[in-house]
Amino acid sequence: MITLENISKTYGKGPQAVHALKPTDLHVAQGEIYGVIGLSGAGKSTLIRCVNLLERPTTGRIFVDGQELTSLGRQELNQARHRIGMIFQHFNLLASRTVFDNVALPLELMGVAKREIRERVQPLLDLTGLSDKHAKYPAELSGGQKQRVAIARALASRPKVLLCDEATSALDPQTTQSILELLKDINRKLGLTILLITHEMEVVKSICHKVGLISGGKLVEEAEVGDFFTSPSTRLGREFLNAFLELDPPQALIDRMEARPGPHTHPVVRLAFTGDAVSTPLISRLARECNVDVSILEAKVESIQERTLGLMIAELIGPQEKTQQALAYLKSHDLQVEVLGHVQRNA
Amino acid sequence: MSSAMLELILMATLDTLYMVGVSGLVAAALGVPLGVLLYVTRPRQILAMPTLNTALGMITNIGRSIPFIILMVAIIPFTRFIVGSSIGTNAAIVPLTLAAIPFVARLVEGALNEVPPGLVEAAQSMGATPYQIITKVLLPEARGGIITGLTITAVTLVSYSAMAGAVGGGGLGDLGIRYGYNRFNPVVMLITVAILVVMVQGFQSLGDALVRKADHK
Repeated sequence: MITLENISKTYGKGPQAVHALKPTDLHVAQGEIYGVIGLSGAGKSTLIRCVNLLERPTTGRIFVDGQELTSLGRQELNQARHRIGMIFQHFNLLASRTVFDNVALPLELMGVAKREIRERVQPLLDLTGLSDKHAKYPAELSGGQKQRVAIARALASRPKVLLCDEATSALDPQTTQSILELLKDINRKLGLTILLITHEMEVVKSICHKVGLISGGKLVEEAEVGDFFTSPSTRLGREFLNAFLELDPPQALIDRMEARPGPHTHPVVRLAFTGDAVSTPLISRLARECNVDVSILEAKVESIQERTLGLMIAELIGPQEKTQQALAYLKSHDLQVEVLGHVQRNA
Repeated sequence: MSSAMLELILMATLDTLYMVGVSGLVAAALGVPLGVLLYVTRPRQILAMPTLNTALGMITNIGRSIPFIILMVAIIPFTRFIVGSSIGTNAAIVPLTLAAIPFVARLVEGALNEVPPGLVEAAQSMGATPYQIITKVLLPEARGGIITGLTITAVTLVSYSAMAGAVGGGGLGDLGIRYGYNRFNPVVMLITVAILVVMVQGFQSLGDALVRKADHK
């Protein structure tokens, strides 16, 4: 539905040039919710703004619904933009228009007749839960309600694609969830393809099917969301995941941790369980079969879409050959083991 | 005070309102589009035309930098060409309008500059043409600011119109100078000033009320 081919964006020329986006390919399938995640300044905003050519890419081609946007003239591009909805971090509603008139705006721009506008706006207000707010002005609405208006407005022209530029970044966590639910709902009901950019893992976890990780203007990792949350393949991906899961050993332990094992140390490990491993009582078996003590420092279970992810930070306590054996045991049981460091016994 | 004097004052008041009204309307009709043009032709704007923008900006600045009293006498031939005379109320309208156009244009440009760029971007993402962006986004969103600008213009025109009295323009300024100053009639002078004060207050209150109605921020 959306294909970016070798897209890049450079601002300025010569030695002062800023490469906001390095040559990047991206494909979003029909009906998919694709999330691009990255830190601020990573180029994700440039990327999404290139899709509807709010930003002209320096190189590359863009296809939306089979049409090459980069080859279109001004007028044709405006026509094509009617089929691409977009919502923004700061909503960008017209303060001078009521909720109803804001949602009607794209239809007015398309030259839709007044009567038809009325018929088309009302169902959108129902869909976004704004029926009772149609005569209000944006200043009278909360942030979440404003974004609902923006979503209704973006859907008014019956687009095939919805672009979400940090759509929940200005909202509190609860409102974020309700907006995400709405987007998910729209995706299911209307079969709308959604490309979103965000810096929040929560957004990716809640609604995305696929995720792309962007850093330094490059797409460094791309995966199904379930895979990304269980086994990110890049260091940045792991950092994002760990920051999101907030699963790090206690600071006091980190301070004592050494990189290499010594004669009297035992390992601190981070374990990630997926699939069958989640429901298997591995730790008690480990203790029994390898004869080591396991001290659990932190643990949590996350459900990511239909998959369950168990996470744990633990010390394996025992003689070195036993702990080595325990590590081998864990690795053989379909779970990811990362040795974070080693701490002195009885320290 | 004689009834003749009262009639004179009434006529002068109507003359002033007439001058301010006509020059204000014409200046708005020409100044608002000029202000829009100044804004949309800026670099990186929806109709970016840097050369035109610089040229328009220069003309506007020249217009604004000429003191009104000098503008008035400097364009007498032009005024005569337009209204057939260089004295009288109609003759005063020409320089008043000419002075007000760049004034309005800069205020409108400033009001448009207050519209969040995100709104223009949103409209672009909906496939709006530049003309649609101007008429459906920029002007409605800047309505409050534009009305504020026009109010300031009206108030400025009231004081300029009094200056026009100095060269035989008619109106309250003319009356104040001829009767109040030249004939040492402090009562006429005071009445003139009082009427001007009320007029300015009136314009300001009207403008404020319109802004309140236009603004939903």
